[in-house]
Amino acid sequence: MNRPLAHYCHLMISERMPKLMRWCYDNRRTVLPFITLAVMLLIWELTARYSGWSPHVFPSPSKVVYSMGELIANGALLRHSIASLFRVTVGFYLAVIFAIPLGIFLGRMEIFNLMLNPLIQFLRPISPLAWIPLAVLWFGIGDKPAVFLIFLSCFFPLVVATAIAAHTINPIFFQVAANFKFNHWEKVTKIILPAIMPNVLTALRLTMGIGWLVVVAAEMLAVRSGLGYLILDSRNALRMDYVMVGMMMIGLLGIVLDELMRRLARLHPSLQRPY
Amino acid sequence: MGHILIQDLCKSYKNRRLERRGPRDLYHPNETMHVLDHISLEFLEGEMVCLLGPSGCGKSTLLRVIAGFDTPASGEVTIDGEKVRGPSPHHIFVFQHSGLLPWMTVWQNVELGVRNVGDVQARGEIIQENIDMVDLTGFEQHYPYQLSGGMQRRAELARALAANPDVLIMDEPFNGLDFLSHMKIREEIVNMHELLRKTTLVVTHDIDDALLMGDRVVVMSGRPAQVTLNRQLDFPHPRDPKKNTVLGDVRDELFLMLGVSYAI
Repeated sequence: MNRPLAHYCHLMISERMPKLMRWCYDNRRTVLPFITLAVMLLIWELTARYSGWSPHVFPSPSKVVYSMGELIANGALLRHSIASLFRVTVGFYLAVIFAIPLGIFLGRMEIFNLMLNPLIQFLRPISPLAWIPLAVLWFGIGDKPAVFLIFLSCFFPLVVATAIAAHTINPIFFQVAANFKFNHWEKVTKIILPAIMPNVLTALRLTMGIGWLVVVAAEMLAVRSGLGYLILDSRNALRMDYVMVGMMMIGLLGIVLDELMRRLARLHPSLQRPY
Repeated sequence: MGHILIQDLCKSYKNRRLERRGPRDLYHPNETMHVLDHISLEFLEGEMVCLLGPSGCGKSTLLRVIAGFDTPASGEVTIDGEKVRGPSPHHIFVFQHSGLLPWMTVWQNVELGVRNVGDVQARGEIIQENIDMVDLTGFEQHYPYQLSGGMQRRAELARALAANPDVLIMDEPFNGLDFLSHMKIREEIVNMHELLRKTTLVVTHDIDDALLMGDRVVVMSGRPAQVTLNRQLDFPHPRDPKKNTVLGDVRDELFLMLGVSYAI
């Protein structure tokens, strides 16, 4: 019997399989990530228990989950998460409001590009963290310096991505616009914005991630709330379990934010492919 | 409407790149390339004009100048006594590759040409009428990427016709289409032209296209382009160069002028 391998593979996943195995195979997109997660947690738990390290230095996952329950129960986790989300949202939206129009001008009008591009390229590689002293000096304490840092970290990548997208719009679209006598407003709303939108959405997704990275650092400044503050404060109190809760929350919310941005692209069929 | 007069048109480009890429590069930096060399032509109202010529000879450039996308170095183009100063809905250009806006549906694309019609219902009727004419009924809400190449070409034709231009300018409208779509769209363009009698300029490199479609065929020489033949073809449709011997002779003549032969 010389049957191809595929035949046996097919048999393996056919009706003869046990029900549970079959179910795992059908739901492999959910099952496999959970297997990885479970294995990781197991390794973590075992290391924490038998490595001989103090639980204050290397808390076990069960301890972290327990602490997370504590922080959820007293409302601290929710409060800190909302504070961080608020700062990221404000900083991100501010960046979007300024960066996209500026990017369009840079990409479409040579004079803007020649005048402003060197300045932007000069400021872009400066880490937002280098601005911390100035941010505190200028904006004092509270939300403002943190929002400013998030704004900075989102602004430059977004400007550059929008400018490139606007610069590379297929010139035929503008010839069509001229042929049908579009006015300036129509050129912006019917040509430029829809043409750059797929690329800008990708950039938005990336910059949202950058903003979420920076918020933790920003909250180690003069604020008394936010996940970054939770981590810093817990370190000072030598509560590494709370530090890990803060880290896990940042990771989880990061996934949620990224998924939200990804769904934006599914709102309209024309957003799904670059032109 | 749609009388076109081209007087003594010249156009040249300057090579932009400053250096040759190695000794074998045929490129001459900063050289001026003469593309159109004193072209004078007259197209009558309602004529279907087919422009033939070797590739790279400047047919497209001539069309772009007529459409107002390019300005000539000297000479001028007048349409109905009015000098062409730029693109205008009076002379619509149908692009070689799709000029449909990909983020708009077929309906929205066709609507571009009738934005000046204030009454929404009247506007809708014009749009529907043109979509029906090119046989895209039922595809109004489709996006261009959901259509085949031939359907995209027809949608663009509908958009151009909806604007009710005096002149329709088509740059290789059959480029990239399969044989059957090519034949079908060719027939549709001829039918449309019989019906609407709009001055239509078609650039093609297919001699049969020119013979079957054109009321006038213009042959251009290689760069710098000059008009080597400007001939009226008043043969009734349907035409067949295999059956009509006079048309067949014209065909042989065109092959000869373009320096190729049909029989191998």
